[in-house]
Amino acid sequence: MRADEIVYPTDKGLYCALGDFYIDPLTPVPRALVTHGHSDHARPGHGAVMATRQTLEIMAIRYGDDFTANPQIADNSTRIGTVTVSFHPAGHVLGSAQILIAPDNGPRILVSGDYCRTPNPVCLPFEPIPCDIFITEATFGLPVFRHPDPLTEISRLLASMAEFPERPHLVGAYALGKAQRVIALARAAGHHAPIAIHGALKRLCDYHAEQGIDLGTLVSATDPGDAKLILAPPSAFASPWVQRFRDPVISYASGWMTVRARARQRGVELPLVISDHVDWPQLTATIRELAPQEVWITHGTEDGLMRWCEIEGIPSRPLRLIGYEDEPE
Amino acid sequence: MKAFARLLERLAFTAGRNAKLTILSHYFAATPDPDRGWALAALTSTLELRQVSPSLLRRLAGERVDEQLFALSYDFVGDLAETIALIWPEGSNPGPEVTLSDAVTLLRETGKVALPAAIAGILDRLTAPERLAFLKLATGNMRVGVSARLARIALAQTSARSVEEVEEIWHGLQQPYTALFAWLAGGDRPEPASSAPFRPVMLSTPITPQDLIPLNPDEYFAEWKWDGIRVQAVSEGGLRRLYSRTGEDIGAAFPDLIEALDFEGAVDGELLVRRDTEVAPFADLQKRLGRKLVSGAMLKSHPASLRLYDILTWQGEDLRPLPLASRRARLESVNFISDRIDLSPLLPFNAWEDLTDLRATPPASVIEGVMIKRRDAPYIAGRPRGPWFKWKRDPMVIDAVLIYAQSGHGKRSGFYSDFTFGLWDGTDLVPVGKAYFGFTDEELKELDRFVRKNTTQRFGPVRQLAPLLVVEVAFEGLNLSPRHRSGLAMRFPRISRIRWDKPAAEADQLQTLRAML
Repeated sequence: MRADEIVYPTDKGLYCALGDFYIDPLTPVPRALVTHGHSDHARPGHGAVMATRQTLEIMAIRYGDDFTANPQIADNSTRIGTVTVSFHPAGHVLGSAQILIAPDNGPRILVSGDYCRTPNPVCLPFEPIPCDIFITEATFGLPVFRHPDPLTEISRLLASMAEFPERPHLVGAYALGKAQRVIALARAAGHHAPIAIHGALKRLCDYHAEQGIDLGTLVSATDPGDAKLILAPPSAFASPWVQRFRDPVISYASGWMTVRARARQRGVELPLVISDHVDWPQLTATIRELAPQEVWITHGTEDGLMRWCEIEGIPSRPLRLIGYEDEPE
Repeated sequence: MKAFARLLERLAFTAGRNAKLTILSHYFAATPDPDRGWALAALTSTLELRQVSPSLLRRLAGERVDEQLFALSYDFVGDLAETIALIWPEGSNPGPEVTLSDAVTLLRETGKVALPAAIAGILDRLTAPERLAFLKLATGNMRVGVSARLARIALAQTSARSVEEVEEIWHGLQQPYTALFAWLAGGDRPEPASSAPFRPVMLSTPITPQDLIPLNPDEYFAEWKWDGIRVQAVSEGGLRRLYSRTGEDIGAAFPDLIEALDFEGAVDGELLVRRDTEVAPFADLQKRLGRKLVSGAMLKSHPASLRLYDILTWQGEDLRPLPLASRRARLESVNFISDRIDLSPLLPFNAWEDLTDLRATPPASVIEGVMIKRRDAPYIAGRPRGPWFKWKRDPMVIDAVLIYAQSGHGKRSGFYSDFTFGLWDGTDLVPVGKAYFGFTDEELKELDRFVRKNTTQRFGPVRQLAPLLVVEVAFEGLNLSPRHRSGLAMRFPRISRIRWDKPAAEADQLQTLRAML
């Protein structure tokens, strides 16, 4: 059986015919396999959901325990229909996984989900899995995206806090993954004072702490005391919430901050290039390392990656899955 | 080069003036010579480097990166220098850090033939932020929102010197300004290398009719406030210079006036475009500004002239310590020969009421109000409160409708504080200007609430508003402007009153604004 008969895009998301399941479906389906807990990949209302234990727990935190009637923890290898599926760390956020689909007779298809190769203190590192078809994201699929060392970026934040000690520094960071990573990086860079967090970050920060990830002392941003480092979801910066802070430095931690026009558009004063996705060198190095027969691209700037594959002589095709944000909230 | 790259990046993203000053001060304090001096020259746009063309840079990038990938990336990033900085393959050649001085030397001294290879070679040794800084330097396109004046204020802040003192010696300094930094750190004052230096200007403070009541009119001169550009014309030791009031040398754009400076001294006056006795509107003068070369036709159609207020030095004598009355007498005794130069007349008045009447009915539209100056005051650098007052004419006002809002920075983070307003043209609202100030903090909160409740659409950071709120916009002047959809450009527009009471339909028509021209 050909690979594109086994797995193919539908308007509900990526579908595996041999196992009759969807991966990260956009609308409710009978059976979903979920790579990670970001809200555009992990949606409520499916009949059954298989994911890592941490992803299931994150979905329960976000949507309530009844987000599905049938949660299944992905353990080792599982037989579904006539394929064997297994989950492997993706290095993206806590609980994130790649999903390997292995038919009895046919190509091994690896759905990477969103992934990252830079060491990240809040999740397990990406595990390279040999495969025939590599289905990859291309969020940063252009050679202009080379994310610097995240510790260098955090040191720029701390340098700005030293330069403007009176000004609160408000860092925009998504609630799952980015926020905890920024906190962990700040701790690693020597910022031991309490860090204030917006209410929307609290439950997921608590969950990370329960999972044994030390984030230090966190206080509420509504009562920050002396805390001068404040984290909030980026949407908070457009709301009156931000008006409580006097003369803040607005910062934003995202791979998009590489491009100045993007930072300007968001009114950011201190752009921090910290990304939970592979940058161009990691993306192309991963494809070289896995050496698949074909590369399929789910979403992002696929034109750049397809051109690279063409130069390298690797067959590639876009799946043009819609509904996945560049970097979800 | 790392520190310079960080400096440019911080400045490019920092909107607040005070924050910019802090960043600049820290940079100057932490950076050794000669790099900080080259940075100062680059920021004040006085650094003369070989200009590298965008096409050369594109060609260099094409040698390193696939054309299609480059085109896709450029399309995404939108800025050529930034695209090249980001896409350039990471240095195979790390070596010791490239200093800003290295980069400046390369761009000053490399010949045309060797330049492409030299640029590629240095890009190989730089990190991405450094590459961007280098490319901005090479293309002469800093765009970090720092004026020469702001840079000098930052220098003064790091030392015990005042900005006026810095301005006074500025034009005699040699790059990379090592003597300047030594002086700021407590060393000897640099000897001006050139004559015809700039003397820091004396400025006025605003006054209201109530403020005038206790003052004795007999102790003051009054004269018109001309709507041109305040300048200082210096002709000393065979050198002739025309300075703006912040000490920028703007002489190159005004060769006709430079030729007329046939005297030995320094005088203070207003730069105007004047045809015989008729002073042209400010817009005519604006056409002459900022040009490197002025055409013969422009010199004929827009002749520059100088209307004098004051005299600072004359034939080697410093007149600034003298009282204004004595300086005025000296000024009136001089024959300036050229008919491009005349004196700003003193206004006859016995009581403040006389001056009130004069101000209300000025003889020309290019008069912005009146200046009131103490007869016994010496010429003091800066803006001392008391000796000189400006009493501007009442601003023009128009009732406009708010149509767009954008949020502010720094102290105004999270508040919609930058407004675009429009006037009616039939049933359309045509944007006529933007205003960022004029309202109180309390009013800002109310405006912010209004914006959030009445947003009809969002374009990135900009909100389109339902056309409901009328604001009274005050402004100082009006020019024709083909660049604006309305064809008009206001000077210093600000929101003088929020008309919560007035229905939007009753705001002014575009025609009303046109008629004010």
